Amino acid sequence: MLRFIATRLVQLVVICFLISVFAFLLVHLLPGDPTLAILGPNDTPAARAVLLHQLGLNKGLVSQYGTWIMNIFHGNLGASFLTKQTVTNALGVAVPIDLELVVVSQVLALLVAIPMALIAALRPNRLFDRIATTSTFAMLSLPTFVAGPLLVLVFAVTLKWVPATGFDRLSQGLGQNLKSVILPSVALAIGSVTVYYRLLRADLIATLQEDFVTMARSKGLSTRYILMRHVMRPSSFSLLAGAGISIGTLFTGAFVVEVLFQLPGIGYQLVQAIYSRDYLVVQGMALVAAVAFVVVNFGVDFLLTILDPRVRRA
Amino acid sequence: MPELPSQVALESDAYVPGAAVAGVGAGVQGIAGRLPASGLVSKKGGIGITFWICAGWVLFMILLAVLASVLPLKAPNFQDYSSVNIGPSARHLLGTDDLGRDLLARVIFGSRVSLVIGFAPVLIGLVVGGMAGLLAGYRSGPADTVLNAVSFVLLAFPALLAIMVIETFWKPVTLLKLTIMFAFVSAPLLFRVIRATTLSFASREFVVAARATGAKTSRLLLRELLPNVLPAAVSFALIGVAIAIVLEGSLAYLGLSIGLPTSSLGNIINDGVNSNNLSLNPYIALWPSLYIFLLLTALNLMADRLRSYFDLREVSL
Repeated sequence: MLRFIATRLVQLVVICFLISVFAFLLVHLLPGDPTLAILGPNDTPAARAVLLHQLGLNKGLVSQYGTWIMNIFHGNLGASFLTKQTVTNALGVAVPIDLELVVVSQVLALLVAIPMALIAALRPNRLFDRIATTSTFAMLSLPTFVAGPLLVLVFAVTLKWVPATGFDRLSQGLGQNLKSVILPSVALAIGSVTVYYRLLRADLIATLQEDFVTMARSKGLSTRYILMRHVMRPSSFSLLAGAGISIGTLFTGAFVVEVLFQLPGIGYQLVQAIYSRDYLVVQGMALVAAVAFVVVNFGVDFLLTILDPRVRRA
Repeated sequence: MPELPSQVALESDAYVPGAAVAGVGAGVQGIAGRLPASGLVSKKGGIGITFWICAGWVLFMILLAVLASVLPLKAPNFQDYSSVNIGPSARHLLGTDDLGRDLLARVIFGSRVSLVIGFAPVLIGLVVGGMAGLLAGYRSGPADTVLNAVSFVLLAFPALLAIMVIETFWKPVTLLKLTIMFAFVSAPLLFRVIRATTLSFASREFVVAARATGAKTSRLLLRELLPNVLPAAVSFALIGVAIAIVLEGSLAYLGLSIGLPTSSLGNIINDGVNSNNLSLNPYIALWPSLYIFLLLTALNLMADRLRSYFDLREVSL
């Protein structure tokens, strides 16, 4: 067990290191002197000298990396050369929005997927199961950039229930806040519903064939009791694994959703930085997003290992 | 038991469906490949009519894209200011956009980008990753360990983010560059699938028997292992195509794929969403969305049928 965790941790550190090297080298892939690209219109000899010193570009590559990574460990991810805002500040604005999107969308997805899977698994291959399984195919084939505009068209443009774009902070009232995140969350949830539904359904069907379920049935326990008490728990590991699978989808989806609905999360800010060629912001944000992504993934893996001993033997 | 999650066969060392893959490959957007097969199979036990209908549909879409310049279509970038934002009609079957461009032509020409980026990198990945996976799965050794680690690291990266960032620093975006970057995403994924499947077959009796009769490695790989590995590989490749199409579409939607004036499905949708177009003329976003939806549905269904079909056969053996 300990050894397993240790191996995983080493992998995690190695991957994070590689991500940082990759992010570091990006700026050096720019043709010519990176200061030219970074400064753009603000290019003056004095500014260049300052920047060269700031970036430590007059030293060797390895020592440059050392300085850069030490700065990051001290919370200095660089700053935008356009707005002068530090990347750390920008992240402070963005991260709560991303977290809210993830939480609301996943809660929505689970609220839909769990009852659907329960009903489908009780009578596999019957009418409800067929309809539900087929509709998850449809949901699987609705990428966020298709589902998002569709939702806007129906609920914002035609029905005018919610605003099409913009973000209202929680401080502007819970109702306002929820109104501005509900469509993006639904757009994100669509992909996750399929994940949760399919995994839970397959697991439930397998668990329902176990002897202990037959035993419980023959004792005369009600179906509801059996499902909640005996079946749900051993069938829910996959849900957790599903969360891990979902992360990739959520990640890509969140970028599209934030741009479509103009929510200033990490995706939106990163894309804006890419448009305006704000290289240091791109570098800093990409680094944080990639590391967060990898860490969350490994976190899910850890949790699974602790909860389910069967994984450990792998 | 048709519901047997197919990862069990692929990641033979993991029991919990999805668990072993939660950390691996989650960087790749797209989920179909890591889900249990739906278990919906035709009752007669064949691969089912759905599969062939979907295959025909995908082929039809490919033919349309290939023959686009021969077909009697309008020029996709021709702006006819006398007919702006008109709905579907005899002159413009799918209507026109806010610049008077024919939407049918734009969608079909735009699908070329999606289809090239969908299929080309996956084919590259299938050949490169497939050969490496076959060899690595058959001959586990230091090369296998290294390749495995490399694929693991590559898959740990969030693909969309990596491609977006590389593009920023590697301008301008071209079809070739996108294909290369997408191949780096698909090759490790297919490598893992094929390696795992090969591993599960490598110690089977028929392989051992063939080796005992003195078969050469090339024969073992191509005649004994490849035919058994192929169904899983093709099924995953189809899902890979779907993943790539979604990734390219997302990039194009964000304005980070092939630049204008080349139309691509993602940037037509973006056009259709921008500046009030959604309320003035929803058709602009609707048609490319519908195209992508139908294409992805066909690909996902095909992959699912393949998996259900071959998993079933495996169980009945």
